Amino acid sequence: MRRGWLGEAGRDARRLLRAYPSLLRVGMADMLAYRAEFLVWILSMNLPLVMMALWTAVAADGPVGRFGQRDFVAYYLGMLIVRILSGSWLVWELTMEIRRGILATRLLRPIHPLWAFSATQLAAVPMRVVVLSPLVVVLYWVAGARLPVHDPARLAILAASLVGAWLLLFLVMALIGMLAAYVESALSVFDLWLAAQSILSGFLVPLELMPAWVARLARVLPFRYILGFPVETLIGLESNATALRDLGVQWLFIAGALLATIVLWRRALRRFAAFGG
Amino acid sequence: MRRILRRYARLLAVQIRTSFTLAVQYRFDFFVEGMLAVIWLAITLVPLAVVFARRPSVAGWSYPEALVVVGLFSMLKAVLDGGVMPSLNHVVDGVRKGTLDFILLKPADAQFLVSTARFEPWRILDFLGSVGIVLFAFHRLHRWPGALGVCLGLFLFAVALMLLYSLWILVVSLSFRVVKVDNLSYLFVSIFDAGRWPIHVFKGALRVVFTVVFPLALMTTYPAQALLGTLTLAHALYAGAGGLLFTALARLVWQQSLRSYSSASS
Repeated sequence: MRRGWLGEAGRDARRLLRAYPSLLRVGMADMLAYRAEFLVWILSMNLPLVMMALWTAVAADGPVGRFGQRDFVAYYLGMLIVRILSGSWLVWELTMEIRRGILATRLLRPIHPLWAFSATQLAAVPMRVVVLSPLVVVLYWVAGARLPVHDPARLAILAASLVGAWLLLFLVMALIGMLAAYVESALSVFDLWLAAQSILSGFLVPLELMPAWVARLARVLPFRYILGFPVETLIGLESNATALRDLGVQWLFIAGALLATIVLWRRALRRFAAFGG
Repeated sequence: MRRILRRYARLLAVQIRTSFTLAVQYRFDFFVEGMLAVIWLAITLVPLAVVFARRPSVAGWSYPEALVVVGLFSMLKAVLDGGVMPSLNHVVDGVRKGTLDFILLKPADAQFLVSTARFEPWRILDFLGSVGIVLFAFHRLHRWPGALGVCLGLFLFAVALMLLYSLWILVVSLSFRVVKVDNLSYLFVSIFDAGRWPIHVFKGALRVVFTVVFPLALMTTYPAQALLGTLTLAHALYAGAGGLLFTALARLVWQQSLRSYSSASS
């Protein structure tokens, strides 16, 4: 009995491994087809640059806390890079597919829709890396000494934190997107999430410049682990020991979100069947 | 001429009535969106509060003075969200689906019809709240603008509205050429967002871009300076002339684009 279940899981995994590269290729072709839209999306990520301008003007007459002008430039460049790398649009796609019932066709396929969605979202990453490479050069030029180029341990933590940031945001979007099976205003819920995130993730203002209680609160909420934590690791605001501990917290959040996603997916699907007829 | 004006006034009334009926239908949605607008406004005040907790002034602006700019910005934002964005989304949608043809076929000016297609009446509340911010800022300053300041401020705010509208017409024209541009309105708002800061915060290329190309300085900083009494009359007149020029240019681009528009449905 137990072996049968394992065998089935193994067959599923093999099927997924075979299909995933094609799914990625389809996603890449999609990205190329909508390259104008991609460019517009990149251009609309200009808020970190505006905040950079603001804070460098503030730091013109002396550093703010630990931050001098160069630190602000490095921080917001890092923020821009992490924001673009970890971004997904799953929540919009999922809510739209649930509302219009398109999700039904995905359910017919022999691959779990969340795997298929993850392929579409991941396929967008290589093009982003290409677009971001000049920014990385600028960042190296501004703050080369801070980057973990000669510190393999921190480089490894950074890589894991970036993967984690992408995964955490993906799962949160899946969770909120599935609310669309229950309420109409799932996107408004996500808007609320974004509002909280812009403050509590360090997106607008570095967390260590916020009042102490906000910074403490941010450490126990998931928002910081999507943006602020990878950026702080990237430009070396944290010691390796602290970064490693934070990485553990990040992956705990991921595990929790994954569990919640699996549970909610089953329940929402039952509800969706009633919804789409 | 009078006849034409009367006809367009009647058309406008019809368009507004349609939007109002729609708005009343989706009361709950608009309530939620109104709440979200308030939350976003509060959140965007956070960087301002953090910055001015550290420094008494930034780029020559004190906290209440910068608050005047924020207030003017969110007044404009309310107009954008209530009177401009809904129509923008409507047209971009129309270009993609080909339903814009129905509008172009109607015996009235297309730009007028397109610009008045949708309104969100509840945004008036946002607008009033923003006026409250400006009043609060002057209360904190302990000095009120004189008659000239108010006149100049109102004049420049009118110019700002015109600029906002022209920029929007330019974006719509762009959507004719690059059809699959859902994110266009998102981009527009994201750039517009920089207008909440006094222009003097920006240096070099950004300042030039925000003064000439995407004239945010003319839209928020200049009216604020007029109210604060730190803008010379000559500057105000230059700003007004620049605004008019921009508007004329936008109309020209719109007509050019319309000529090259080929329907998506045919």
